[in-house]
Amino acid sequence: MSYNPFVLPFSIGLVIVIILILWKYFRWVFSHEKAEQKKIVKLIFSFKIFSVIKEIFMEVLLHRRIFKINPVLGYMHSSFAFGWFLLILGGTVESKLHSHHAFNMFYEPIFFKFFSHNINGFPFANGFKFLMDLILLYILSGLVLAMVKRLYKRMFGMKKTTKLRLVDKLALTSLWCIFPLRLLAESLTSAQYHNGGFLTDNFGNILAAILPVNQLEYPAWWAYSIALGVFFVMLPYSRYMHIPTEMVLIILRKAGFKTEKKYTGFSRVEVQSCSRCGVCLDACQVYSATQRNKMLPAYFLQSVRFNKKGKQGLTDCLMCGRCQEVCPVGIGVNAIRRVKRNEVFDEKGAEFEYLKDSDSKTKKADVIYFAGCMTHLTPTIKKSMVNLFQKADVNYWFMDEDASVCCGRPLQVLGKEKDANILADKNRELINNSGATLLVTSCPICYKIFKEEYNLNIKIQHHTEYLNELVNSGKLKPVNLNFSAVYHDPCDLGRGSGIYSQPRELLSKISITNKLENEKEMALCCGSSLANLPAGFDDKELMAIKAAEELCKSNPDYLITACPLCKKTFVQACNERKIGKNVKVKDIAEMLAEAVM
Amino acid sequence: MADFGYKIQEDRQINYDSNDRTLFYFLKRVEPSISLCIGCGTCSATCTVGQFTQFDLHKIMLYVRRGEKVHIANEIKKCMLCGKCSLVCPKGINTRNIIFQTRKFLHSNK
Ligand code: SF4
Ligand code: SF4
Ligand code: SF4
Ligand code: SF4
Repeated sequence: MSYNPFVLPFSIGLVIVIILILWKYFRWVFSHEKAEQKKIVKLIFSFKIFSVIKEIFMEVLLHRRIFKINPVLGYMHSSFAFGWFLLILGGTVESKLHSHHAFNMFYEPIFFKFFSHNINGFPFANGFKFLMDLILLYILSGLVLAMVKRLYKRMFGMKKTTKLRLVDKLALTSLWCIFPLRLLAESLTSAQYHNGGFLTDNFGNILAAILPVNQLEYPAWWAYSIALGVFFVMLPYSRYMHIPTEMVLIILRKAGFKTEKKYTGFSRVEVQSCSRCGVCLDACQVYSATQRNKMLPAYFLQSVRFNKKGKQGLTDCLMCGRCQEVCPVGIGVNAIRRVKRNEVFDEKGAEFEYLKDSDSKTKKADVIYFAGCMTHLTPTIKKSMVNLFQKADVNYWFMDEDASVCCGRPLQVLGKEKDANILADKNRELINNSGATLLVTSCPICYKIFKEEYNLNIKIQHHTEYLNELVNSGKLKPVNLNFSAVYHDPCDLGRGSGIYSQPRELLSKISITNKLENEKEMALCCGSSLANLPAGFDDKELMAIKAAEELCKSNPDYLITACPLCKKTFVQACNERKIGKNVKVKDIAEMLAEAVM
Repeated sequence: MADFGYKIQEDRQINYDSNDRTLFYFLKRVEPSISLCIGCGTCSATCTVGQFTQFDLHKIMLYVRRGEKVHIANEIKKCMLCGKCSLVCPKGINTRNIIFQTRKFLHSNK
């Protein structure tokens, strides 16, 4: 057995990090109910496990999704992860072949060159020399990129990189030291014993010409070991915890775990899986418009992880979901934010006693139409809907024509779940009493809560879906108006509910639709989302103007949307600010009503 | 007593010196836009809750300024936070945040 005291920092660090990580794994999994834990066991003994392993390989080691976003950034991330993995794998095989034993001390592969001066005389010895140096070079190239990235972010397709905490800085510094120190230590050894490959041998010879290599060799190995040890000890407290966490995330996600109404062990896994890669920074419109940054997932998740009280990051967010869409790890930030908002704000604040006395007259009908509060602010939308119902000869009931009760989502997104439920109960009662089989709403905000929280046993449709069906079944016969249009996906309808095709299909029948730079999953938010409480008029106007400018780039005749709130916002932005020459803003229902004249 | 639709008005004298205006100062700090209110009443006209009760946001805004907390505490709970008022306010006041913060303030300063 080879031993030298310099392996101690590495060995102690490794033991500490393994204990801490196992302890975390244990806590995450055992905070869940027995039934949920069984899901993990079931997954491990099913064929799905192969796809899990594949995903871990593709994402944790190769970082495929980051590659897709930006190849250089992907190369950088994978060079560290995959490169280091190969280095450990290669080192292990090499040292085992060399010692002719299946078992050797765990540190031997790491410090192989120090312990084995004569590394010939085993199969593929020269091949390994070359290979190990090549892998080291691969990692070092990634390291150079990482250093450049801190200086020139734009090269990586990023406008901003994340700011670091002290622990992260320490961990980063030790990580950056590890591989250059390995190069140095191996080269210094190779300069004396010629046991290096093309990189370390040549570099060692250069060093030998100018430095006293035999004196420097031993300290270099110490430094290498210390860098490793420091990195390991820092790992569980720094952002690098994402490396051992992301694997667990992939497994649990495949087993069907989700963050729903509570902050669970799985939520913890999600939070700690954030590598703070910074990809989400450029997606956020609040950030780009106001330069406030606390709500960005990269920082928000960190404040959740370390239990910071900062409420700004919690509330100053549109919950538009754009950041979530680009996140290469696939962290469900919106769900986590919602759970956290509930934790902080869900004390009973409202008093809706008066609803008890309000009359709950219902009308028997086939279809219920619920316009929603916002639609009452854009009355042409509801008029168009009424018009279309009559044209298609539908037996409908306009549920909130006079006295409307809010759907409850504006309260829900602020974390006031209990208050929201009272409103939901009232509406549910009205809906159930009418005996209708279909509920149509004009507002994506209402649509989302109807679908997700109301537990209604009738069909629920947004008017885009409903009108598209009416046209397809021939009940409405629009003429093609041949104008050019762009379609803006409302957050709660698109990203929030996955309705992308119906409005486009409907629109294609009455107009020519232009392509947009950001659409569907990456559609911009109009900025008026009710989920953001502190953003004031100025902030919202800034966001709306930026979004309107992008939407109107192709100078279409119409800017079409399918949400009364988006419509109202863009009417203000386009008409009052004169964005897009003469672009008219309309809801898709208004457009259709014109086309079936 | 027979109800003739008239009643004796309560005393409506406002004494700024004795009134407790801490709520207003608090709101001015957390939501400065409150100072912009011109009392136009557009918010009340559009209010969802106004269809069910006498709830009146523009009156509440007035009470807040005058420091008449007693009138506010129960009224403010009726709001559904639907956000219509902030969309119609001609001065672009974040009324929704004002209501939210008022509730929080009254909750912790009972
Ligand atoms: S939330 Fe996702 S995109 Fe944002 S920093 Fe974390 S891992 Fe990267
Ligand atoms: S949900 Fe939208 S507003 Fe909130 S942090 Fe993500 S991108 Fe920004
Ligand atoms: S609409 Fe605005 S300015 Fe008018 S009373 Fe209401 S808060 Fe004040
Ligand atoms: S947020 Fe409250 S005060 Fe404003 S319109 Fe809605 S119910 Fe009325």
